[in-house]
Amino acid sequence: MSEEKIISSRLFGPLSGLFENRTARWTAIVAILVLMGVAPALFGQYATVILTNALLYVVLALGLNVVVGYAGLLDLGYAAFFAVGAYTVGILTQHFGFNFWLTLPFAMLAAAIAGVIIGGPTLRLRSDYLAIVTLGFGEIVRLSARNLPITGKASGLSGIEQPWLFGWHIRTPTDFYYVFCVLAIIAVVVSVRLANSRLGRAWLYVRHDEDAAEAMGINRVRVKLAAYVIGATYGSIAGAFFAVNLGAISPESFSFTQSVLILMAVILGGMGKIPGVILGAFIVILGPELLRDLGALRLLVFAVGLLLIMLFRPSGIWPGRSAAR
Amino acid sequence: MSVFDIITHQLVNGLVLGSFYALVALGYTMIFGVIKLLNFAHGDLYMVGGFIGFLALSAISSVVGGDWPGVFVAMFLSMIAVGFLGVVIERVAYHPMLAAPRLSILITALAVSLVLQNTVLGLTGGQYQPFRSDLGFGGINLGSLFIQYNQMVLVGTAAILMIALELFVTRTQYGRAMRAVSIDKDMCQLMGINVPSVIAVTFFIGSALAAAAGTMAGAYYGSIWYFMGFLIGLKAFTAAVIGGIGSIPGAMLGGLILGLLEAFGTQIPGIGSEWKDVFSFAVLILVLVFKPTGLLGQSEQERM
Repeated sequence: MSEEKIISSRLFGPLSGLFENRTARWTAIVAILVLMGVAPALFGQYATVILTNALLYVVLALGLNVVVGYAGLLDLGYAAFFAVGAYTVGILTQHFGFNFWLTLPFAMLAAAIAGVIIGGPTLRLRSDYLAIVTLGFGEIVRLSARNLPITGKASGLSGIEQPWLFGWHIRTPTDFYYVFCVLAIIAVVVSVRLANSRLGRAWLYVRHDEDAAEAMGINRVRVKLAAYVIGATYGSIAGAFFAVNLGAISPESFSFTQSVLILMAVILGGMGKIPGVILGAFIVILGPELLRDLGALRLLVFAVGLLLIMLFRPSGIWPGRSAAR
Repeated sequence: MSVFDIITHQLVNGLVLGSFYALVALGYTMIFGVIKLLNFAHGDLYMVGGFIGFLALSAISSVVGGDWPGVFVAMFLSMIAVGFLGVVIERVAYHPMLAAPRLSILITALAVSLVLQNTVLGLTGGQYQPFRSDLGFGGINLGSLFIQYNQMVLVGTAAILMIALELFVTRTQYGRAMRAVSIDKDMCQLMGINVPSVIAVTFFIGSALAAAAGTMAGAYYGSIWYFMGFLIGLKAFTAAVIGGIGSIPGAMLGGLILGLLEAFGTQIPGIGSEWKDVFSFAVLILVLVFKPTGLLGQSEQERM
């Protein structure tokens, strides 16, 4: 198999045949795009809002997938980066009168810096330390947002203005649906390109055998840090658009449960595999809609599902050609 | 209050808090010792321990009363029940995963934690449950310092449990086997040590200690809820890291240090009690950066 084929089979599983054939691949892509385009007209307003939320989770899950699926690091505080993005936008637009689009570079920068501060020291240690340090970091960010005056304390920030884009005022649910469609597409393309890159191959080697990878000249700390920072950037972009979509943010949107839901999206579908992660994001968002009667127990259903998947099908629901363990 | 009063008062608070942290940290560190797993579900065993202790106390308080004797019986029952729960969790969830990659077993541990939390959430509806006991608020005055009897009994009980554990680990056959397994599991297998049974005993003891802390915390603070294990799980991990993960005396020391750091940290101007948790996590990160082996831990070259 050529390297491209290996990577495509890793990313797309049994559908990789489809993606290796040019015509079939473009047909599939066009069909998905058309479906995304007509979905609001087809399913109505309520479904559009839910789908927007699902697309938000696609972006978040793909970002966390870079950390968990590609680099094999467990991040239990991913909502922190989501929060950093949302609050950077909230603070800069509310307190400093920034235009929304100008805040994006700052949101990305803030998340990247946070990623380096947390990842830098801990990535040198055992990888399980990272898991618990990220858990602590997630709580630090949430508690700081709760206690600092600039983040509006427990009530958060509200009245965040909805942005204009070349004379188009993005404000209806359908407008935001299309914005998140574009974001999700960019996230998918970047994820595919990353997996195929030199860095993507380095992550694969590090994940499979850290010592052998290091012996081959891969700087494992730098490579892991890159994954961590890229994941953080994804999270902050998602957070930025989340903030303008809702117009209000509060610390409880960025709780541990949020981090866990994003992680479930990554694992349930199949970590490391892009269609699997997208499927996972849709399961996490659409599942509760379908199982509305369960109420508070929905997380229990997910938790049991997660446990069963880890015990019996560690590579996720999305079928893969090769065991991805 | 004079400075001296504040110091002694916070010393007592810190010791009480530190006792809880130490008991939970012990289980963390013991389990880490034998199977090199960060058991994310450990804090939730503390929570389940609180709930079982509450149920046991409700059931027996008509016979033995709700004062300390009743709490001790409830605590003992809770320790046994949660001890077995810990063994079951190890057999069902962790044992099949021991050969799997690091990431898989960590996620499994997280899943176990979520299952425990959400089961209790489903059973209680997520409300705070008042933990009714008849513990009074009596105490003694030492000068201007007032110490509750409850605080003394609590710290004393924690100390007794820790001494018993220390004796078990250093003086008994099983304790020696436990220490041996934590050094080299494969070699122990070759020497005829029944490794699975040592692991089961470790899970039993670690979980039982968490349950003891959970029951006492419930009786002392007067309420329990499904999410109470999350924060203490994180804090206990911090305590275990401060003391040196894998080291039993380290976990005791780390728990007390963290309890005292928190009690005194909230007295620093600008760090009110709302920053208490941020303060402890900052301590965790700083310890990991500057002294990842902790105070009593051995340096570890192995990477996972």
